[in-house]
Amino acid sequence: MRYLVTLKSGPMDAPPPQALMDAILALGAEATASGALLDTAGLAPSAMGGARVALADGEITVTDGPFAETKEMISYALYQVRDRAEAVEWAARFLRLHRDLWPDWEGEADVLSVFTAP
Amino acid sequence: MTAPGSAGGPPADPSRAVEAVWRLEAGRIIAGLVRLTGDVGLAEELAQDALLAALERWPRDGVPANPGGWLALTARNRALDLLRRRRVHERKVAELGRDLSDAPGPDLDAALDDPVGDDLLRLIFIACHPVLRPEGRAALTLRLLGGLTTEEVARAFLISEAAASQRIVRAKRTLAERGVPYELPTAADLPERLTSVLGVVYLIFNEGYSATAGTDWTRPSLCEEAMRLARLLAGLLPDEPETHGLQALTELHGSRLPARAAPDGSPVLLPDQDRRRWDRLLIRRGMAALERAAASGPPGRYTLQAAIAACHATSPSFPETDWPRITALYAQLSARWPSPVVTLNHAMAVSMSEGPEQALAMLAPLTTTLPDSPHLSAARADLLARLGRTSEARTAYLQAARKTQNPQEKSLYLQKSRSP
Repeated sequence: MRYLVTLKSGPMDAPPPQALMDAILALGAEATASGALLDTAGLAPSAMGGARVALADGEITVTDGPFAETKEMISYALYQVRDRAEAVEWAARFLRLHRDLWPDWEGEADVLSVFTAP
Repeated sequence: MTAPGSAGGPPADPSRAVEAVWRLEAGRIIAGLVRLTGDVGLAEELAQDALLAALERWPRDGVPANPGGWLALTARNRALDLLRRRRVHERKVAELGRDLSDAPGPDLDAALDDPVGDDLLRLIFIACHPVLRPEGRAALTLRLLGGLTTEEVARAFLISEAAASQRIVRAKRTLAERGVPYELPTAADLPERLTSVLGVVYLIFNEGYSATAGTDWTRPSLCEEAMRLARLLAGLLPDEPETHGLQALTELHGSRLPARAAPDGSPVLLPDQDRRRWDRLLIRRGMAALERAAASGPPGRYTLQAAIAACHATSPSFPETDWPRITALYAQLSARWPSPVVTLNHAMAVSMSEGPEQALAMLAPLTTTLPDSPHLSAARADLLARLGRTSEARTAYLQAARKTQNPQEKSLYLQKSRSP
């Protein structure tokens, strides 16, 4: 089963510590080597060129970033795992690194199941 | 975030969390334990003990901050306890023997911190050792490296749980009895041993891929497990071109899985597949792996097959496929690794690049080597139909329907026999 994990962060006033970046790279390498991580990328803050395209009442509107939300999407990862619990575990490992190496950081990961044919 | 303080929020069901962590870590934990104990069966028992401890403790005390580390450490501690007890026992035996020297055992603490990747690689080589029968290798690999239960292994191979258990037990016993060492093959032995390892992953993939019914969820997931193992191998042995070739092969074939069965479960053959349903991500990954294979050495059998699969994966439609290239790749494959099945596929490529008449001639000798193959009959039927020899085609389709054991295939051939 395939899961898309998106990571959202609260406002950040400092760049992430180098130790966290190194740990994230190591975790990514581990997940890739184990065959679980199919794809991943960081996302620029919406202020750097994001947009929202919406349809409501038959009208399509485009809103430039930044959004009024307090959280920014900062990365996504696509995992191939056997069940939801495994995807949750990878996401939790990612957040554990933040807890241990960047105590001020707050954010959340959404684990979304990707529909695939039987 | 709900629930601060726990490992990324408390899972709804701690036992699911235990199982998830177990499956992610089983291979590495068991590999480390085999290095300590030198015994696959014992290592697995110790690892299972750690799993049971987690199943008991986590629901009660909460999931630990680092669940993978907890499982690994618990398993190691159990192994060390056991080894220390054994060493004490051996020393006492030696004291009784008086003249036996007090030879120091292996340095346990030093043995704890070897590079983990090596352990895993050694475990793969031991699980796929040529002293085991191929089905034993596959079952043991799924069990040790995939963390599958005996029941899941049974479902994977469509055998009874007792039969699956017997395969695994027999394989472990054979490794112990034959004294198969837990070590990496020497450079001289590597090609042969690697062939066995790659063959097991390929076998696991095919077990999943040949399931056309798609009703049993463990069969497509078997393809996924094979893809995972192939990726793992490519990561562990990046300098071996065939690891990338096998990864490319499984991902490129895997990309077609969503299009291979109709909603009612009936098989959809390549010419009729809706290519929009092919998995673009797997195609992209497969093509990248194929490039790595090409960059790291001359093409082996898996790389050649992956190159053929790549021709299909990148073609906008069946008729537009680069048939001359596929024909040339099959010629290369059949020159170095000849087999009746390769000839059969080669002939079908020739039928597209040169014509059905030439292909029919290539199939003729196969009637003696593949007398029971439904696919040979179906291929002959297809060629005869394309040559306008309708009544012969009908007979051949009926033959194919008679030979196949798969009900979905049978009804497909019967349907084609009515209007070839």
